[in-house]
Amino acid sequence: MSRGIVSYAAYVPRHRLQRAELGAALGSGGGKGSRSVASFDEDATTMGVEAARRTLGDGAPGSLFFATTAPAYLDKTNATAIHAALDLGHEGFALDIAGSARGATGALRAAAQDGGLAVLADVRTGRPGSADESGSGDGAAAFRFGDGDRVLAEVLGEASATAEFLDRWRAPGSHASQQWEERFGLEAYLPLVRDAARRALDAAGIEQPDHVIVSSPHARTQATAAKELAGRTAEEAPAIGYAGAADPGIRLAAVLDRAGSGETILLVVAADGCDATVLHTTDQLPSGRAGIPVAEQAASGRDIAYATFLTWRGLLEREPPRRPEPGRPAGPPSARSEAWKFAFVGSQCDVCGQVHVPPRRVCVNCRAVDAMSRAPLAGKSGQVATYTVDRLAFSPAPPMIDAVVDFEGGGRYTLEVADASPEEIEIGTPVELTFRRLYTSGGVHNYFWKVRPRG
Amino acid sequence: MASHGIRDKVAIVGMGCTAFGEHWDKSADDLLVEATEQCFASTPSISKDDVDAYWLGTMNSGQSGTVLSKPLGIDYRPVTRVENMCATGSEAFRNACYAVASGAYDVVMAVGVEKLKDTGFSGLVRSNVAGDGTAPEETLTAPAAFSLLDPAYCKKYGVDPQDMRDAMTHVAWKNHVNGAKNERAQFRKPIPKEKIAAGAGKVAGRLGVLDCSGVSDGAACALIVRSEDAHKYTDRPMYVKGLSIVAGPASGPIDPSYDYTTFYEVVASIKDAYAQAGITEPRRQISLAEVHDCFTPTELVLMEDMGFSERGQAWKDELDGVFDLDGELPVNPDGGLKSFGHPVGASGLRMLFECWLQFRGEAGERQLQDPKLGLTHNLGGRPGTCVSFVAVVGAEQG
Repeated sequence: MSRGIVSYAAYVPRHRLQRAELGAALGSGGGKGSRSVASFDEDATTMGVEAARRTLGDGAPGSLFFATTAPAYLDKTNATAIHAALDLGHEGFALDIAGSARGATGALRAAAQDGGLAVLADVRTGRPGSADESGSGDGAAAFRFGDGDRVLAEVLGEASATAEFLDRWRAPGSHASQQWEERFGLEAYLPLVRDAARRALDAAGIEQPDHVIVSSPHARTQATAAKELAGRTAEEAPAIGYAGAADPGIRLAAVLDRAGSGETILLVVAADGCDATVLHTTDQLPSGRAGIPVAEQAASGRDIAYATFLTWRGLLEREPPRRPEPGRPAGPPSARSEAWKFAFVGSQCDVCGQVHVPPRRVCVNCRAVDAMSRAPLAGKSGQVATYTVDRLAFSPAPPMIDAVVDFEGGGRYTLEVADASPEEIEIGTPVELTFRRLYTSGGVHNYFWKVRPRG
Repeated sequence: MASHGIRDKVAIVGMGCTAFGEHWDKSADDLLVEATEQCFASTPSISKDDVDAYWLGTMNSGQSGTVLSKPLGIDYRPVTRVENMCATGSEAFRNACYAVASGAYDVVMAVGVEKLKDTGFSGLVRSNVAGDGTAPEETLTAPAAFSLLDPAYCKKYGVDPQDMRDAMTHVAWKNHVNGAKNERAQFRKPIPKEKIAAGAGKVAGRLGVLDCSGVSDGAACALIVRSEDAHKYTDRPMYVKGLSIVAGPASGPIDPSYDYTTFYEVVASIKDAYAQAGITEPRRQISLAEVHDCFTPTELVLMEDMGFSERGQAWKDELDGVFDLDGELPVNPDGGLKSFGHPVGASGLRMLFECWLQFRGEAGERQLQDPKLGLTHNLGGRPGTCVSFVAVVGAEQG
């Protein structure tokens, strides 16, 4: 029985920084195209949730492996928040594979072995004016593994090579990475790439794959290796920038969006060594593709100013409002309301059917006590009942928009509107939920849900 | 539900009210001493020693009865501190009235104070209960919460948004015109409608800064006795006709049947207070109303919840001048929260103070002709999640 990917999805955040804008702000060339930018209320965890929730069909994965180079917390597992946001209950395993871009391979292999879920997400930063800043992008991808006739792409072979050399590094606490001289890295990487790719292809019994993806934080290695290993069909990688641990995932998703049945894919991750994986697509792929293709997500975006980008990444300290800081979310109340806060699960009255968010013990309609069932609403669409634009509230993306949202099938809550401008919202506007980080206070990230206009 | 009320059983025989404003040079202690001294001065036959018990309303200026007993040097008497959001001052008054009506005490004082301008923040600052970070109040500001009324109201009644905006402007204009005639108000200048309209939308929704009440410090108080004793202390007591406070299940923000064009809590407290006071035709019977104009759309919705306007008509009545000082039913003749700001613990008693002055013929340029019944109202919280207080007071018994 073959083991492989049974569902996948990518998430590309909505905002873009045009390299020309960057160049104009810094008085340098800038270059062409744009990079994707996580909004101020997004981080690797929230983007991971957005990608992962698109892969969930029937049945909860027993394990979740989360790879990122930008973990929102240290000394605390971030995968648990993703696990909670997906409403997976308390059974099962959730693990961070955080640190380097190579974690992507770790998450994919662990999930493949376990029949679990691999979540790859990253927020990429760099010093103002650096190649990392302009050439990187933010985003996420998720892959659910399983067996049998649901498989969209099976794993035919894999191989790895490992070496210790100082090409790229970052000390904890620093917001930017450093890189050694480019040619040194290139010459260290290329033999490893050739070796791992060859062994993986041999294991799969393939001479030339149909599709090749080379993902590396070392840009020249990526370009050179891609040329050497070229597949039959040229890759049309989304032009969002190099997305760290999410990069191989987003690009694999983009290939799966286009590939036909019975085709082979060589996925090469060159980060502190090299991991090569050969996949073979099945007849199931055309009917099992992601709901929103990567190319479509990459093509639609809205530009932000460079000053906004710096503010969102914490590199430009702006004047705060003359209002007290919001309090940090407290541990015990957050734990008690885990299903509500993280998975947007309300309660439905068994007597009259009224839906409550957050869940309550006493029905607001018929006053029945403790006669409630779980009401998961995260996947429901909603409509704006009334709304406001709050220009007094502090927001790194002013003005803040808040909407009173009525959910399909019942339930109402007041939620912040993400990734939208006031002219996109009116009474009746259809919206959907999105998992975000509302703010950080006292070192605690306040994860909760917002709404965004439905595409 | 039984709500028997205490119609005409108790009366106010003395009041005090400080000027409201940015009192950089005065502490909450100073404001409490000033308001109570003013009150005792207005009722020479009652001294501090004659007061059997005190009720103090403050939301954030301190905890316990010692907030009052310490600055006043109260000689070992019952002092109860109460809090009920923006209805805090009114709640102190209500409880004090019931204490006298019960026969437990002969003379009591209700005092309200709030010192808002020492925090360094703009607007009200609440002390937050530790929570899970999911409550909209964590991020949504108060003006934004009340601005939700505007589009919902326009949509429901098919009101042209410009007409609605004009009505909101009229509320602000009217209350500032009234406040300009009040020596105790924080803002004492009429503001041209053009200026109010020009700022629209700069704060939240279509609200501008002049659609919002100010932020100020202040204190106010009242001496309360049984009605049969009232004439021992003054020849013009003010009688309590009805008192109601209502808290609901706060279902508005979570129940799609709530449409953001009414406050259920206000409707319920109005019904209760009118029943106690025997009011059946509010627009005709009530001489003046001091209502909680925290933001301009709030006052419009209140006019309908109080039965002063038909549903969907308040905006028109407002523009027609029905609630102007010389209109059919003057609303916020003293200038309202718009002109006074909103020192939370003091506001409810400040509203009663205007009724007191009006009934005594001491309202100066704002004096109404022969007022008989006054209504005061506070709303504490946000649309869909609030407490509502209503008092009806009268110049005469019966």
